[in-house]
Amino acid sequence: MKKEQYSISKDNFEQCLKCTVCTVYCPVSSVNPLYPGPKQAGPDGERLRLKDKAFFDETLKMCLNCKRCEVACPSGVKIGDIIQRARMNYGPKKVKFRDMMLANTDFVGTMANLVAPVVNFTLGMKPVKMVMDKVMAIDHRRTFPKYSGIKFETWYKRNAAAAQGQYKNQVSYFHGCYVNYNFPKLGQDLVKVMNALGYGVNLLDKEKCCGVALMSNGLTAQAAKHAEQNMTAIRKSGMPVLTTSSTCTFTMRDEYPHLLNVDNADIRDNITLATRFIYRLIEDGKARIAFRKDYKARIAYQTACHMEKMGWKIYSISMLKMIPGVELVELDSTCCGIGGTYGFKKENYETSQKIGAPLFKQIEDSGVDFVATDCETCKWQIEMSTSKTVQNPISVLADAIDIEETIKLNK
Amino acid sequence: MKGINQYDVIVIGGGATGAGTARDCAKRGLKTLLLERFDFTNGATGRNHGLLHSGARYAVTDGESARECIEENMLLRKIASHCVEETDGLFITLPEDDIAYQSEFVEACTAAGIKTEIIDPQDAKVLEPSVNPALIGAVRVPDGAVDPFRLTVANAVDARLHGAELLTYHEVTGLIIENGIVVGVEAFSHKTKETHRYYAYVTINAAGIWGHNVASKAGVTVNMFPAKGSLLVFGHRVNNMVINRCRKPANADILVPGDTICVIGTTSTRVPFEEVDDMRVTREEVDELMREGEMLAPALATTRILRAYAGVRPLVAADNDPSGRSISRGIVCLDHEKRDGLGGFITITGGKLMTYRLMAEWATDLACRKLGNTAECRTAIDCLPGSDGNTEISNEGKTAVKAAKYRHGSFADKIPAGDRIADSLVCECESVTAGEINYAIDHLNVNKLVNLRRRTRMGMGTCQGGLCACRAAGLMVKAHNCAEKAKTDMADFIQERWKGMNPIAWGDTMNEAQFMSWIYEGVCGLNTDVNHKTKDMQ
Repeated sequence: MKKEQYSISKDNFEQCLKCTVCTVYCPVSSVNPLYPGPKQAGPDGERLRLKDKAFFDETLKMCLNCKRCEVACPSGVKIGDIIQRARMNYGPKKVKFRDMMLANTDFVGTMANLVAPVVNFTLGMKPVKMVMDKVMAIDHRRTFPKYSGIKFETWYKRNAAAAQGQYKNQVSYFHGCYVNYNFPKLGQDLVKVMNALGYGVNLLDKEKCCGVALMSNGLTAQAAKHAEQNMTAIRKSGMPVLTTSSTCTFTMRDEYPHLLNVDNADIRDNITLATRFIYRLIEDGKARIAFRKDYKARIAYQTACHMEKMGWKIYSISMLKMIPGVELVELDSTCCGIGGTYGFKKENYETSQKIGAPLFKQIEDSGVDFVATDCETCKWQIEMSTSKTVQNPISVLADAIDIEETIKLNK
Repeated sequence: MKGINQYDVIVIGGGATGAGTARDCAKRGLKTLLLERFDFTNGATGRNHGLLHSGARYAVTDGESARECIEENMLLRKIASHCVEETDGLFITLPEDDIAYQSEFVEACTAAGIKTEIIDPQDAKVLEPSVNPALIGAVRVPDGAVDPFRLTVANAVDARLHGAELLTYHEVTGLIIENGIVVGVEAFSHKTKETHRYYAYVTINAAGIWGHNVASKAGVTVNMFPAKGSLLVFGHRVNNMVINRCRKPANADILVPGDTICVIGTTSTRVPFEEVDDMRVTREEVDELMREGEMLAPALATTRILRAYAGVRPLVAADNDPSGRSISRGIVCLDHEKRDGLGGFITITGGKLMTYRLMAEWATDLACRKLGNTAECRTAIDCLPGSDGNTEISNEGKTAVKAAKYRHGSFADKIPAGDRIADSLVCECESVTAGEINYAIDHLNVNKLVNLRRRTRMGMGTCQGGLCACRAAGLMVKAHNCAEKAKTDMADFIQERWKGMNPIAWGDTMNEAQFMSWIYEGVCGLNTDVNHKTKDMQ
């Protein structure tokens, strides 16, 4: 039974029985006693804010929007949404320059791509990090993701677009900012895998950043604009839209209607993570995969928070387990601490690393070759904080697949 | 013995009127004793809407009450600012109501000195988004919200600051009459289980509906009219302005926002005197309140109800009206010396929460005349403690500090804060810290958990004491050094919370009650009370 159907109270906050299990599962509460926890920041605080908006509490900024509280809640209260909405409605309207820079992944990415080697070199320099720390309050201990010299979109137009028409099935791909500006290889891996399965991959008409960073940094109106544009593009494409980022997926499916009031009911089901799409194809017998005989890897799977919220980790894990040479270690489902742009901020650095500490230890103790996860920011955090590298399950699949054989199987 | 217990005035009753009278007497230099049977605000004072009446509701039917209301309304905004929220109110006309009544209503308000403004239904929806969108007319009036618990305690605190003695849990069992004059009272202490005699030149009966019994102990008759009114408390604020129906006063046509919640009420039923100590809300009353409430604000239909409660209006019977609505809400101040030939005895009754101060003034004036005291009444000028100073809620700082400021006004500065224990939350729903609880225990006549609830709102939130009762009981053990008493008190408190949840125990409230029983029976081991509870649950 879906309880929310029986209540129209906004975000169902009155269904909160005060059992406090959300706070038990809150990664921030477990390491930072200054954070009131999801129960108090969410449903409890909402009652107070309704009587007087002066009850908005600055500590709500400490929420990293992992939504693990919502997963834990037995009463279906949208605790994370309540907190995000409170930040949007009552929080300071002036956005810091730093937050603007962190949030505008589209703009900053485009700029950085043009001069990627310089940016990568500069951002890695100690003096530059110290200056960013002092001037912008971006923590100097944080490692920045590298910018790519060529955008994924550019690569696609030059090298892939022309060949896509030959496939009998077609999908769209929402690549997101990370693939476009930082790591085009993941997009290339997806095109490779989908083509082998007999699917042509198309880009959306003018994809924008999903807007998650804009939302968490108070740029709500801009985020809503992005949302509208993306939904228009997805409607226009009329195809299933695959993604390789759990957070972009979650944002477009759930945060758009819940937080930005952008209606996506007609196309929500079309947006899906590529691992889920592929697993279902195989499971339904609609496609077949041949694997390389020599592929061998011991892999730890990290469940990203929004993956947990969507309940989709089963697809990525099952897909990885299909690979004969893979030995999969499922890590405890816990937040790595990065929370998108959260962990970059100086004021959150300590909290961020403390949250991730148990996960880092588990990874180090696991004896795996590398870690797999569906979230790029988990990847940054784990690569910075452990000795292991991190790959998206799609890249693992791209490595393990026998392209020639797979193409034959799906002809 | 008589020397020690000799006062100028004894005030019987710890409601708003009693506390207000004690304050007025003390401020005029009288040696004053207040005796309250249980706790402050235990009767009708603590069981109403918490509406800062503009008087508009009575304008058409009772112009005099309306005039008293608006005058006191304006006074309370000044002298009791920390107890009052200036929300304004709407009188809405729905399609099934007669729109012609609106002009009659506005005319009567104007005659009574109540400022009204007819507003466009579209504007009304913008002003108050929760209002029934079907409305065809709206009038804005200076209604507001007043917290009767805070108001009464502020009066009591001020009385004490001016030398009055306040004894709660002291029940008057008899009046001492010598030569046709009331010279004192006999009171039983529910705390010590002892009976003592207290003497005064004037005794003021301000016991609300129970004043009927007090008067009869003196051998005089005050014909009271016990009319039960039931109300429902909703889990959060649905509305930010008071919403009334613009029609002749009827059942369940006022929705008042108050602190974190909102309240719909009331019903009106005549009840026998034997029942006034144990009012229960019936299923029919709940149905009626829900049905009519949705007419004011449709969102109520899907908002969680926290509890149902009922109070008894202390009206003075004038005719045989079965509903009790045509009776004047006017103030009745009886000088029993003139009326019944019984000296030293005054009854102050009738009236409303809104006019408590005026009632106190009348009673005190009369007492002063009897005592030859010529001091002037200053209760309309001097601010109540807590309202004298900065009562603004700042945007900065901790939630619990803001919440305490909201509740205690400028007195919030006296609440211990800054260390881990004092800052830890006892009541999470209403954001009450251990510091605030300890402040209340030390300074606000707290003997039981239910007193703490009325002083701080602890246990009044969504979980209805589920998380806080055991924590507060722990602090009571420390303060009173008795674990056994606190344990019984905790069981009583939970039982009292359940009484209010019982009439509306479905859905989330039922889940909450189940969760509560896990905590108290399962974790806290209150198993001895299981039978007691089960019986009541039926």
